[in-house]
Amino acid sequence: MFIHTFGPVAIQIAFAIGMALFLLIFTNAIGPKKYNPVKFDTYECGVSYFNDARGMFNVKFYLIAVIFILFDIEAVFIIPWSVIFMEFKKLGLGLFILGEMAVFLGVLVLAYIYIIKKGALKWD
Amino acid sequence: MSNSLAADLIIPIIKIIIVGLFPLIMVMVMVWLERRVVAFIQLRLGPNRVGFQGILQPIVDAIKLFFKEDITHTGVDKVLFNISPVLVLFSSILAFCFIPLGGTMQIGTYNLNFWVAESPVGLLLIIGISSISVFGVIFGGWSSNSKYPLLGALRSVVQILSYEIPVAFSVLSIIFFSQSMNMIDIVNRQKDAGIWYGFMLPVSFVIFWISVVAETNRAPFDLPEAESELVAGFHTEYSGIKFAYFYMAEYAHMVLASSLAVVLFFGGWLPPFPNVAALSFLHVIPGFVWYLLKIMFFLYLFIWIRGTFPRYRFDELVRLAWKWLIPLSLLNILVIAFVRSFA
Repeated sequence: MFIHTFGPVAIQIAFAIGMALFLLIFTNAIGPKKYNPVKFDTYECGVSYFNDARGMFNVKFYLIAVIFILFDIEAVFIIPWSVIFMEFKKLGLGLFILGEMAVFLGVLVLAYIYIIKKGALKWD
Repeated sequence: MSNSLAADLIIPIIKIIIVGLFPLIMVMVMVWLERRVVAFIQLRLGPNRVGFQGILQPIVDAIKLFFKEDITHTGVDKVLFNISPVLVLFSSILAFCFIPLGGTMQIGTYNLNFWVAESPVGLLLIIGISSISVFGVIFGGWSSNSKYPLLGALRSVVQILSYEIPVAFSVLSIIFFSQSMNMIDIVNRQKDAGIWYGFMLPVSFVIFWISVVAETNRAPFDLPEAESELVAGFHTEYSGIKFAYFYMAEYAHMVLASSLAVVLFFGGWLPPFPNVAALSFLHVIPGFVWYLLKIMFFLYLFIWIRGTFPRYRFDELVRLAWKWLIPLSLLNILVIAFVRSFA
C-alpha cells in the first residue's frame, strides 16, 4: 500500500529534480562565457553599486511571519476536526464537537483582536 | 508476469513523464495566450509572426533562453543562489502528481487511472508541497545580495504567508462535505452529490480564488515584482535558464491553482450535471478533456483579471488578507459547521 502510493511520488521527485538539474547543467555547457568585470556587478539603477544589501528591514515583515505561525498551527488543528466532524454527528455529538471548536476559535479570536489593537497589522 | 510488470512499472513511469511535462506544456500555452489576450485587451496585436497566430513564440523564447549566458555575479551566496530556482520549479512540478487529470478509463481488463498517486491526505500534501516555493523565493532574494531582490522577496513572503491561511480555511469547507482529503474521493463525492461544490459553497470559492491569485503573485497582487517599483522583484539578478525557471514556475503555479479550483470546486473530470440522465451523452467526451476545458477557463480568468484591475498598494494587500479574508473564512467555516451539524 505504502509503496503503491509513494513509489510513484518518489519517481516523480527524481524526475522533477533531474529535469531541473539537467537543463541547468546543459544550458551552462552550451551558453557563452565572456568575462567582463562590470557585467558581474550587482544591479543598481544608474549609479555604481555600494554597500551590502543585507541590512535592517522593517520589523512588520517579521511580525506577519510570527502571526502566520499562530494561524497555521490552528489550521493544523481544524483540518482533522473537519474530517471527523460527520462521524461525531452520526453519534449524535454534532453540537458538542461544534462547541469544542467554537471555544478553541474563541480563544484565537481574542488573540486576533489583541493583535489588531496592538497595531501589528498596521502598515503606513 | 510480464503483464504485471507493465502494469506496475512501465505505465506509472509513462504517466510520471506525462504529468511532469504537462505543467511545462501548459506554461508554453499560457505564455502565448497571456501575451495575446492582454494585447487584445489593450488594443494591441501581440506576438503574431512566428507560426500560426504566433503560437510558436514561447518555443522560440525558450530556445533563446537556453543559449543565454548564466551569470552569477559577485557577492552572492552561491549555494542558495543556485538552489532556489530549482526548488521553485521542483515544487510546482511535484504537486501535480496528486492531482487527478481525468477519471478512470477501462482498457480491456486494465483500469487506467489519470493520476500518478492517490493519497488519503492528498489535499494537504498539495498545499504543503506548493508552499515549498516560498523557500525558493526567500533564498533567491536573500542570496542575490542586492536591494531590489531583497525587497521583492520580503514582500513576496509576507504576501504568500498572508494568503496561505484563507486558502487553507476555504479548502476546509470542502472537507465537511467530502469527509476526505483524497483528491479522487472529493471528485467522486461531487458526482454523488450531483452538484459541484463551487455552486454549493460560493463564499468559499470566492475566498479561495482571491487568495490563490495573490499567492501566485499575479496582478492585481503582483507587488513582489512590481516592475515600476522593484525592477523585477526577487529574480532581478537571475539570467538565462535560472530566470526561465522562475518564469516557468510562476505559470506552473497558476496551472496548479486552476487545477485545484477545478478539482475541489468544479468537479474535476466530471461533465456538467453528472447525474442528469438527459445529459448522459456528455460522458462520451473523456474526463481529461473536461478537465482541460475547465482549467483553460480558469487560466483565462487569471489573464482577464490581470488585464482589468490596477495594482494594489502593499498595505491594502495586507489589510485585505488579515482584516477581511481571514475573519470571513473563519466565519464561513463556523456557519458551514453549524448548518452541517443539523442538516
